[in-house]
Amino acid sequence: MLRFITSRLLQSLLALFAVITATFFMIRFVPGGPFTAEKAVTPEILRNLEAHYGLDKPLWRQYADYLASLAQGDLGPSFKYPNRTVNEIIGDKLPVSAELGALAIGFALVLGVTLGTLAAVFRNTWIDYAASGFGLLGISVPTFVVGPLLVLACAIHLGWFNASGWYGPADRVLPTLVLGLAYAAPISRLTRGGMLEILGQDFIRTARAKGASEWRIVTRHALRGGLLPVVSYLGPAVAGILTGSFVIETIFQIPGIGREFVNSAFNRDYTLVLGTVILYAVLIMALNLVVDVVQAWLNPKVRLEG
Amino acid sequence: MDAAANSPAAAPEQGSSLWHDAWLRLRKNRLAVAGLAFLVFVAVTCLLGPLFSPYGYEEQRLDLGASPPGAQHWLGTDTLGRDLLVRTLTGGRVSLGVGLAATFVALTIGVVYGAVAGFVGGKRDAFMMRVVDIMYSLPFPIFVILLMVFFGRNIILLFVAIGAVEWLTMARIVRSQVMAVKRMEFIEAARSLGYGRRRIIFRHILPNILGPVIVYTTLTIPAVMLLEAFLSFLGLGVQPPMSSWGVLIKDGAEKMEEFSWLLVFPAALFSLTLLSLNFVGDGLRDALDVRSSKD
Repeated sequence: MLRFITSRLLQSLLALFAVITATFFMIRFVPGGPFTAEKAVTPEILRNLEAHYGLDKPLWRQYADYLASLAQGDLGPSFKYPNRTVNEIIGDKLPVSAELGALAIGFALVLGVTLGTLAAVFRNTWIDYAASGFGLLGISVPTFVVGPLLVLACAIHLGWFNASGWYGPADRVLPTLVLGLAYAAPISRLTRGGMLEILGQDFIRTARAKGASEWRIVTRHALRGGLLPVVSYLGPAVAGILTGSFVIETIFQIPGIGREFVNSAFNRDYTLVLGTVILYAVLIMALNLVVDVVQAWLNPKVRLEG
Repeated sequence: MDAAANSPAAAPEQGSSLWHDAWLRLRKNRLAVAGLAFLVFVAVTCLLGPLFSPYGYEEQRLDLGASPPGAQHWLGTDTLGRDLLVRTLTGGRVSLGVGLAATFVALTIGVVYGAVAGFVGGKRDAFMMRVVDIMYSLPFPIFVILLMVFFGRNIILLFVAIGAVEWLTMARIVRSQVMAVKRMEFIEAARSLGYGRRRIIFRHILPNILGPVIVYTTLTIPAVMLLEAFLSFLGLGVQPPMSSWGVLIKDGAEKMEEFSWLLVFPAALFSLTLLSLNFVGDGLRDALDVRSSKD
């Protein structure tokens, strides 16, 4: 186990290094710079600005400097927000995205696992068809359709919520619903598949023969194995959901990290782009590792190999 | 896939080939048939519809502005007075086209990569699959966004970028299939006849793993179309005045308070198309999965 984790950590570090290098040079070789959009910048001011941020040094030198400060956890100053560091901006925006993500993933898990389990237990009844239909619908109808439609219905016509914004608890409802539904659908499908496989196995029959109640069989015996497919899905999903959904944050005008990332790319804010990319990469890699370990714990048959 | 391997695709036995069986099974799946019919209908309408329309997709009538659905404009017009029906159909061409093209890119890369890795095996295979593992752990949507922001937003780059993201799973599927097939006797026979590697991979192995490849391809198309629409929704994909379903949904979402039809029609068509593609994909999976025919 320890060997597996170490080797995966090393592998991830290598991949992370590749990501940083690729992104660093990619954004430098595209036309436009962080200061080209600003009006009336005389060449002199531009030179001063570039000197201030170290952009006048040779590229390899900038790269080395960046890596050196990164090693100390410093993501550098933002080029677009004067006097703000990338660390501060991420510290500001990430909690918003994380809160939305946590709410949505909680909602998605409760709804998805319940529906999927019901569908498996009542296989081929109307409950199963309804749950499976929901799953297909959730996969086919994207968030940027569900979102505006829900806003149209619940906010504009019924007036229950604000159409956008991120202030009071009521503002959390619609974004959580929309984001959660998108993840509940695949979770319910995976749960159903996993549960069907487990419920057909011998140890379930043994438990039935011993007179265990159906409720006990499902919750105590079957769920642990039946949720395996969900666990492997959750790794990448949680990373995506915690770091914010670009679409949801755009629709509801939520000041999260996803929107900040898209803006930073438009603004050529080199350090902010790099900082967010690194954040995403680290989160995805860490969560994949967690998933592998949890899977091995849930299912002793899984062997961990570096 | 055993059935396919044992009775070569060319077997003249009537009604017992894998493909014939699969077709019979698919035909019994009402959802898949309905999905297929709907897809054909949408594809034909999008291709031919704009030719018969009196309006062009860019044609503006500012005096008309946004008008609700009526006899003149069946789906109404947008705020610039452009006919929504023509824009939706033209958008369908773009969305379906990008979906097919990007899937083709993903298919080609994935199949070749996976087949080579599975066939050569050993250390080279281990290395190639490790590369895939690492790429899986990268934040790809982010790279697509960066690419689109930095390198202008042309459609060619869009589907190359999407295709480059979506090939990973295909490579994994193909590899595992190739590894299963390459140990079979008819491959050994081909080898003993002195055929080269390339010929064995492309003429003898690939035709026998078509089933899973087709299934996964059908399921990739909706995923790709979703990605295109997602990018267009963020303003990073197809650019106005060109139309695509993502662009139309974005426009509609911005103006839905007053002109709800601008959102409802494109969104409904897009969702129904994705749903149909998923029905067909699921149906094909059930139909081609030889194991499931036992129960």
